[in-house]
Amino acid sequence: MRFTEEDVRRVARLSRLALEPKEIKGFQLDLSQILDLAEKLLAIDTSKVEPLAHPGSSSVFLRPDVVTEINQREAFQAVAPEVDRGLYLVPRVVE
Amino acid sequence: MSLTELLNQGLLEISAALGRREVSAVELATAYLDRIDQAQPELNAFITVDRKHTLQEAALADEMRVASPDLPWVGIPIAQKDLFCAKGWRTTAGSRMLENFISPYDAHVVEQLNRQGFVTLGRANMDEFAMGSSNENSFFGPVKNPWDLTRVPGGSSGGSAAAVAAGLAPAATGTDTGGSIRQPAAWCGISGIKPTYGRVSRYGMIAYASSLDQAGMFARSAQDLALLMDVISGHDPRDATSVNRQDAPCSHGLHQPIRGLRVGIPKQWFGKGLSDGVKAVVESAIQELLALGCEGVEIDLPMSEQAIPAYYVIAPAEASSNLSRFDGVRFGHRAAQYKDLGELYEHSRGEGFGPEVKRRILMGSYVLSHGYYDAYYLQAQRVRRLIANDFERAFERCDVIAGPVAPTTAFPLGSFGADPVQMYLADLYTIPVNLAGLPALSVPAGFDHGLPVGLQLIGPWWEETRLLQMAHAFQTATDWHTKRPASYSGVTQ
Amino acid sequence: MTQKNWEVVIGLETHAQLSTLSKIFSGASTAFGAEPNTQACPVDLGFPGVLPVPNRAAVERAIRFGLAVGAHIAPVSIFARKNYFYPDLPKGYQISQMELPVVQGGSLRIQTKAGEKVVNLTRAHLEEDAGKSLHEDFQGQSGIDLNRAGTPLLEIVTEPEMRSSEEAVAYARALHALVRWIEICDGNMQEGSFRCDANVSVRPLGQKEFGTRCEIKNLNSFRFLERAIEFEIKRQIELIEDGGKVVQETRLYDPDRDETRSMRSKEDAHDYRYFPDPDLPPLCVSTEWIAEVAAGMPELPEVRKVRYETELGLSAYDAGLLTATREAGEYFEALQSAAKGVDAKLCANWVNGELSAALNRAGLELTDAKVSATKLAGLLVRVGDGTISGKIAKELFEIMWSEGGEVDALIESRGLRQISDTGALEVVLKELISKHPTQVEEYRGGKEKVFGFFVGQAMKATQGKANPAQLNELLKILLAGD
Repeated sequence: MRFTEEDVRRVARLSRLALEPKEIKGFQLDLSQILDLAEKLLAIDTSKVEPLAHPGSSSVFLRPDVVTEINQREAFQAVAPEVDRGLYLVPRVVE
Repeated sequence: MSLTELLNQGLLEISAALGRREVSAVELATAYLDRIDQAQPELNAFITVDRKHTLQEAALADEMRVASPDLPWVGIPIAQKDLFCAKGWRTTAGSRMLENFISPYDAHVVEQLNRQGFVTLGRANMDEFAMGSSNENSFFGPVKNPWDLTRVPGGSSGGSAAAVAAGLAPAATGTDTGGSIRQPAAWCGISGIKPTYGRVSRYGMIAYASSLDQAGMFARSAQDLALLMDVISGHDPRDATSVNRQDAPCSHGLHQPIRGLRVGIPKQWFGKGLSDGVKAVVESAIQELLALGCEGVEIDLPMSEQAIPAYYVIAPAEASSNLSRFDGVRFGHRAAQYKDLGELYEHSRGEGFGPEVKRRILMGSYVLSHGYYDAYYLQAQRVRRLIANDFERAFERCDVIAGPVAPTTAFPLGSFGADPVQMYLADLYTIPVNLAGLPALSVPAGFDHGLPVGLQLIGPWWEETRLLQMAHAFQTATDWHTKRPASYSGVTQ
Repeated sequence: MTQKNWEVVIGLETHAQLSTLSKIFSGASTAFGAEPNTQACPVDLGFPGVLPVPNRAAVERAIRFGLAVGAHIAPVSIFARKNYFYPDLPKGYQISQMELPVVQGGSLRIQTKAGEKVVNLTRAHLEEDAGKSLHEDFQGQSGIDLNRAGTPLLEIVTEPEMRSSEEAVAYARALHALVRWIEICDGNMQEGSFRCDANVSVRPLGQKEFGTRCEIKNLNSFRFLERAIEFEIKRQIELIEDGGKVVQETRLYDPDRDETRSMRSKEDAHDYRYFPDPDLPPLCVSTEWIAEVAAGMPELPEVRKVRYETELGLSAYDAGLLTATREAGEYFEALQSAAKGVDAKLCANWVNGELSAALNRAGLELTDAKVSATKLAGLLVRVGDGTISGKIAKELFEIMWSEGGEVDALIESRGLRQISDTGALEVVLKELISKHPTQVEEYRGGKEKVFGFFVGQAMKATQGKANPAQLNELLKILLAGD
């Protein structure tokens, strides 16, 4: 299989996803299959082709420098798991 | 016309009835809600139905109709895919992660529809974060196909498609990243359109793969799609990929003759992989177009077979990053147990996301990570350009491309349970269109063993009107789009 | 430690907060000091479905910077995502520019004790700032304030071309002066509007390859920058001389202990998975836009310095001082335009002399000067037209500084008008001559320095109001006798 268990653990760590041991086995198989699929791309000669990141040929729309937002902290924090005095709470961040 | 009959009509008929005061928005909404309640245990087309909220909107619509009698859509009910944020509505994206998320704002599409007075019937079920082709990936359970309850409705907008097909709503919103409008439309026997990338603002539509996602609509006819496109299209300064153009309304060009239009038939799309039944239906639909005066042209899309591999690099890459914001800090699911910040993230995300979402996040992180970016991600972007170039060349020889939407009809629930990656391969005719950013639609074209088959029409950038014009001509000449599943034909059981 | 056997290599990355009203990708305010999370909209909070839309003014400021340092302004640049999880980074990625930044190349001239040096820039790119984590008073938890999230930053990166902390500080000061001069950043270092990361390495003299570098993060004062680099140089040399190896890492300067220490929490092998932001198509800057920005640019300090030297005849030193900061430049320009007909050198001497000394004594910045450019102009006009002498002007300046007041009113009320009336002066001088016959004899006998005695006596008698030139002339004639 193209994907090792260690590969799965590495990308799970990068993605901040806790995986059960049996999930790891399953993903190892699935991701290997997807990689087999993706492998087909490698045979295509694209040496003269520019990557296409956005469909169409537009350039980014720029907005004027105007303050349009008002304070809606209460509404936004109504869906927050844990807040105190307007701050979002998380386990202590170590610097 | 009885209320029951009216519920199965198109937007213009419903609008006329509302205008003549034959029915009120509240009565209309109540009738649809009753149907939804009845069908919900079987179809599971909705994640959230909130009768009180809907009837409030309907009551407002009735007031609005008095105040603004010229607005045609005031009081017309629609279903919203649960991917569009709607203020005051629970917006879940089909995920446990957002099981309790009440959006504080409206998506652009929701806002546009609300402004015209449309009434939200409920929040349609979907594959989690729009990842899937069968609607089996919803945290809130799979949706069943109203034509055959043992089969899937397609995905990811399966709830929207099933709702319209079963007559639970005259229209519904959807999103299409790799076929998520066209394929369920085809499998549920209704019409669905995916507009040109940048035509409809993505603001407030929860992102799966930003460079591919596009909002669109489901309805019972091409005409209704055209009318709805005119409501949801247009520039929005809150989406930097929203294009500022002054296109004529889609509905204006609808009745233009299609005689003389060149229909491109991709030779690669009718070979191996396409089931015989679907092939026969699609071929006869194309014959119908030729009978209506179109000219058939064989075209070549040699790179389109690379679309699936390219998509399954690009879409997961974007998704892995787009879904990082779901971290249990500001909204969404937060794990009950964690001992530090790392565990807060890992447990919240591990519990909040389902397997398909995790699979794509992991794949995406992998192809973007050090040492694989050039080989996979950049290569996929290059192949993406080759696919777009294919279409560009093809449109030098034709005006519209016609072909199948999916290689088969709707498959039985659980068909790919042990082999999720095999399901990916079925999106081979829809994914190339998203990679190129083109507009495309699906219209009912017939049946294979009693299950609906769709005809896909693809146009050059910004040519939605041409597609709708052709689809409308097709629906004027045929009646496939009027067929309803027997058990949901509107007759109260 | 034998520092002379080592060469120090320093590169700086500076984050300048761009002076826009709204954030780089949202319409929320950038004002400093608001209540936590009251200036964080759904885009800044990374809510589902919302999208970034770039602020035209942030791009415009980047162009202004590029023009000021003679850089290439990229016609097409790309916003990319830098992916990592951190509570102050709500989306789980920072929007920045990676492969194609908007400003490429350019250079900045700096002055050190050894003379002038050119520091080449690698690039300057647009990016969004992160929020803040607060650690106090939350029962062992951290509180997250996202008001700062999405604030526009220009990250300005130099080549590794500086060779001492002195050069690094000179560069940082020159850059600080420039971004304020062209009004793209308020330069407020206490509020974090201008902060430096220093990449420091050492190598044995003569070695070509760079040594392993350490990055010292978030230095928000010139003194900390200097101290941190000095500490780091010493630490690295000692480490190597003791047989150790420098480990590439991120370090934090602790001003209380005056040392740098490793930030282990940020060490766990980041793989940022940069890729072009799919929400943001390429940023296109047309030549027309660049021309428009160029037309609106203020005269750059270097250009103005040359003009002061050639057109106004100022010394390189004076011209340099008057173009060193935006405030000095603005003050002198205002003084010049108000003090019509007054010699520019006189103006320069006053700004760099009296005014600067008064500011130093009071410990004030130029913006807080007690004598405004217009008031100083009024004073110098009176010196220029002979109403008062330079000496009286200095006295008046002191009065204006401490008590305020208009120059003409002060001259009148205090009777300080210079005596330029020959008749009146002649009376005074004749009386002096008759009172001091001995000294007159000495002078006439060739003792020239007695002349000074008479000047002093005359000034004393006129309370300093005599016009010195006139006094000299008249005194010579009268002493010479008939």
